[in-house]
Amino acid sequence: MADDLKDLAVAISESLAGVALDHEIANGELSLCVDAGKIVHVMRTLRDDPRFEFKFLIDICGVDYPQREKRFDVVYHLLSISKNRRLRVKLQIDEITAVASVTDVYPAANWFEREVFDMYGVMFSDHPDLRRILTDYGFSGHPLRKDFPLTGFVEVRYDDEVKRVVYAPVQLQQAFREFDFMSPWEGAQYVLPGDEKAAEVKK
Amino acid sequence: MSALPDTAAVDTAANTTINFGPQHPAAHGVLRLVLDLDGEVVTRVDPHIGLLHRGTEKLMEYKTYLQATPYLDRLDYVCPMNQEHAFVLAVERLLGVEVPKRAQYIRVLFCEMGRILNHLLNVTTQAMDVGALTPPLWGFEDREKLMVFYERASGARLHANYFRTGGVHQDVTPQLLEDIHDWCRKFPNTLDDIEGLLTENRIFKQRNVDIGKVTRADAEMWGMTGVMLRSAGVHWDLRRNQPYECYSELDFKIPVGKNGDNYDRYLMRMDEMREATKLMIQCIEKMPSGPALAQDKKITPPRRSEMKTSMEALIHHFKLYTEGYHVPHGEAYAAVEAPKGEFGVYLVANGTNKPYRVKLRAPSYAHLQAMDYMCKGHMVADVSAVLGSLDIVFGEVDR
Repeated sequence: MADDLKDLAVAISESLAGVALDHEIANGELSLCVDAGKIVHVMRTLRDDPRFEFKFLIDICGVDYPQREKRFDVVYHLLSISKNRRLRVKLQIDEITAVASVTDVYPAANWFEREVFDMYGVMFSDHPDLRRILTDYGFSGHPLRKDFPLTGFVEVRYDDEVKRVVYAPVQLQQAFREFDFMSPWEGAQYVLPGDEKAAEVKK
Repeated sequence: MSALPDTAAVDTAANTTINFGPQHPAAHGVLRLVLDLDGEVVTRVDPHIGLLHRGTEKLMEYKTYLQATPYLDRLDYVCPMNQEHAFVLAVERLLGVEVPKRAQYIRVLFCEMGRILNHLLNVTTQAMDVGALTPPLWGFEDREKLMVFYERASGARLHANYFRTGGVHQDVTPQLLEDIHDWCRKFPNTLDDIEGLLTENRIFKQRNVDIGKVTRADAEMWGMTGVMLRSAGVHWDLRRNQPYECYSELDFKIPVGKNGDNYDRYLMRMDEMREATKLMIQCIEKMPSGPALAQDKKITPPRRSEMKTSMEALIHHFKLYTEGYHVPHGEAYAAVEAPKGEFGVYLVANGTNKPYRVKLRAPSYAHLQAMDYMCKGHMVADVSAVLGSLDIVFGEVDR
């Protein structure tokens, strides 16, 4: 199995030389990092080359790393039924640049790209219908970004006086509490209460 | 013949746009379909989804791995444990935990039960969509019995939260296994009864044969999996092709369709229920003794009895239920053959006690997106038949 993946990785790197930037085999899965500008070419090769035959687009999703300059990962999961293999293709993109849509190669990408756009605000160029998909009509913001609060900004309720559903800024009875159960002696990244001067004493 | 409308009048009346849902019994939940019609022929379907969006993926990023598991039940609430299965498989792959044999058999037992739960609901409500009322009444009776089994194993009829990293929460009792075994012997009769109502039923066939046809090329185009893919004659089942747990040790057949229409999918689901029953019987008969949860003290909680006497156990219990376990850096995609198709969990872990990113790949999401393609050229009445046959549950589409 592992040898098979290594061979596949070598074959893909050869046929996509200059486009496939890196690959990694971990947990029995092969991931491929590619040049964001060439994604359509990559997908077409992976689908049509008889050595790969990744005919199924299983999933597209985003991952947010706010500390990175290109903060988003767009992750494609492919499946080849004839070769019984899976492949993960990743690219990095910032907030402004658009990724080329792969809907021409895989029509199934349509909704998955809409979801990534909705959740992360990653733009897809040449997408036939780039609308929001999961969030409410008229929603603003991109909820799965790490800087979007879990509680959101707007809350919805039925108002008995005006006899309709009204939108209002979210009001929390209690500030959102995120418990950090990390043990302090196992590498906590903050200064413990009462320990503020400990670092100064050392100096 | 002057009563016939003139063509101009027909033209103006021809193109209408109607809203199907969001509150419509045949929409199987909260789906809004915007249908463009030419007379009674559908020219465009625009599904508006997300009315049940609860932000599961976001919520899971703020919970420990143990606390995140119950959210999986609330996706496809028709077969909750199959979803949990994908998640625990992903976590186990990152942690490198070995699952004891007995736990594997219990998991497969309950997953196959989930398959029957799902197919019973789907087949019978699809029959209801096309006008039959008796099948759901008969089917739901057995669904109820299965949910009692769920309750006896996990304490909850629906939101089981039973699968844990490294096994299952509690071992099953011999009495429960015996009762499930009894049920499995009787269940094929119920299936015969339902088949007697539907398989040769003239109305059911008229509404389903040659409706919603899918070819292999369509399935590839739209990323269809599970019954949808197999109905087009493709031999592909993750339980067989990429076996997980103990499926490679069990003997089962995989029904494959010929015509790719609604009726084939109905027949396949009936057959899958029979196979699932056989799998359940095999699981019970082959189930080895031993622990039902891995013995890794840093990941699985200690038994209650141990905690009464062992200080270590008490500490582990406290740490596991507050801080939880840490999953090392890495990413994994684990997929299971859920009743609706491939349900996958893409997990990105960053070494802390909470997942950095969980992406839930729902099979019906991909299937629903093909609605436009599948319904084009069909009549309005077929829309609900196709929708029923796609097997959509909004918990997992909207997440």
